Amino acid sequence: MKDEVEIKACRDGFGDALLELGEENSNVVALCADLTESTRVEKFAKKFPQRFIECGVAEQNMMGVAAGLALSGKIPFVASYATFSPGRNWDQLRVSVCYSKANVKIIGAHAGISVGADGATHQALEDLAITRVLPNLIVLSPCDYFETFKAVKAAASWDGPVYIRFGREKTSVFTTTETPFEIGKANILSSGNKVTIIGTGPLVYNCLQVAKEVEDCEVINVHTLKPLDVGTIMSSARKTGAVVTVEEHQIIGGLHGAIAECLAQNFPVPIEAVGVDNTFGESGKPEELLRKYGIDSKAIVNAVKN
Amino acid sequence: MTMTILELELKANEIRQDLIKMLVEAGSGHSAGPLDLADIFTALYFGDLLKYRPDDPRWEDRDRLVLSCGHTCPILYTTLIHAGILRQDELLTLRKLGSRLQGHPHFGDTPGIENTSGPLGQGMSVAVGMAIALKMNEKALPRLNRGARVYVVGSDGETQEGQTWEALMMAGNRKLDNLTYILDRNNIQIDGFTEKVQPVEPLYNKLKAFNFHVLEIDGNSMDQIIVAVKESWQIKGKPTVILANTIPGKGVDLMTGKFEWHGKPPNKDQGEEALKDLRTLGGRIIHEG
Repeated sequence: MKDEVEIKACRDGFGDALLELGEENSNVVALCADLTESTRVEKFAKKFPQRFIECGVAEQNMMGVAAGLALSGKIPFVASYATFSPGRNWDQLRVSVCYSKANVKIIGAHAGISVGADGATHQALEDLAITRVLPNLIVLSPCDYFETFKAVKAAASWDGPVYIRFGREKTSVFTTTETPFEIGKANILSSGNKVTIIGTGPLVYNCLQVAKEVEDCEVINVHTLKPLDVGTIMSSARKTGAVVTVEEHQIIGGLHGAIAECLAQNFPVPIEAVGVDNTFGESGKPEELLRKYGIDSKAIVNAVKN
Repeated sequence: MTMTILELELKANEIRQDLIKMLVEAGSGHSAGPLDLADIFTALYFGDLLKYRPDDPRWEDRDRLVLSCGHTCPILYTTLIHAGILRQDELLTLRKLGSRLQGHPHFGDTPGIENTSGPLGQGMSVAVGMAIALKMNEKALPRLNRGARVYVVGSDGETQEGQTWEALMMAGNRKLDNLTYILDRNNIQIDGFTEKVQPVEPLYNKLKAFNFHVLEIDGNSMDQIIVAVKESWQIKGKPTVILANTIPGKGVDLMTGKFEWHGKPPNKDQGEEALKDLRTLGGRIIHEG
């Protein structure tokens, strides 16, 4: 862990990894629905125009085309905003991709309330719930630039469908190229005995900040929502006896849902949720929204103290 | 071995009989569409149109048959059994627990099934993706999928799905001339005749406007099906759509032209009647042989 952190967007981690994958593997192809620049597919599209498929504003078709490419041996990356993909094309994801175990990688950009000014229509707060429920699908939610880079590379090597979500904003880069990343393996970032803070996405950085203020917290980065690392989570919960979940997503169905299911089935302990509580967002600055909707560091501190 | 038109018509009749047996045993499933598609599927698999190897269903250079209107899968399954890709003893397993013949086709363990379908419109996009991949591979070194085409069979009700037009737009724009789309224009859907439920016409002009080479045929004429598919091979710079006008329930008198038979199977007695119809060619042959 670095002491001084730089600020960089997860989506750039995706764009850089995709470009590298393009050079490494001629079967990697990319599809986008009129959002090439903002999803950071642009570099790949410029370098490999023959392997880039612009679909226009037609996400349902894009997902199906990706399935057809995958069934023909390609490794397609499908990029759009998470509200549109998997938001609009969930049926295509379910039937043409997941049920067929088609080797498609779905990139849900601009996830979370921190999309900000665009408002609630563009703030994906439900994508983890609707992907986590699908059989055969891996669900990843990386925490910073480097972890996104690694998640994208790992997804390309994984044989089967993978969903990766990340936000729009530049966020703290607190992992390094050396930080381990393995699909399905949660990372304990800080050890403690009194409470376990389980975070996903860039808010994991806030969890670590809170752990500096509040004594004896354990912080776990759950970058893989599915399959959940039950072993790591349960041994921590058994040790601390209290859990706080932190995510930029609805409390229902996302990380909190996954952890609550896991604890209830194995070893119920008190659990607090930091996330969006059954409401839509609105326009505003990212930090204003995180504060108003109760998912900033202060909210994490309050949850931990409870 | 090339079959004559007469031999193909007899084969289609045999396939229709097996289709009826399959549906009676299943006790649920779709009748009218699969019956009207029997001539098209027979032509594709036995009329030297579709390239496939029964002993190697994943053969790289095979043509891909994508069924987009998944509910008509009984005709695909029956044809695959006749083609030696699925086993004869699977005929009576449709929709049963543990069977490879799912109620709607599932890509995975079932040979000859190229895609999962059921929710309409999805196969169209998958077919477009395959056609793009085949084009990419044509340019690859070493060349892959030599000369392989994609055939997609869709239904007229399916053109009410927005995704269908998203996919067709892309196929036309990308000039996918390795794609032949066979549109089963049987005029029916579950709730009634298409032009009463939600009119889809003028299909010819719509498809033309989407940059397709459009052919309109009698989809129950073996000869016309073969000629149209072969024409699609010659068209460059555009995908081809074959608007196949078919008669729902074709070959079985009690189902002919009736939308009520879109989504239900014959019971045992109706099945017997249907088989008799097919064996006697609608009563034209008096002595059943």
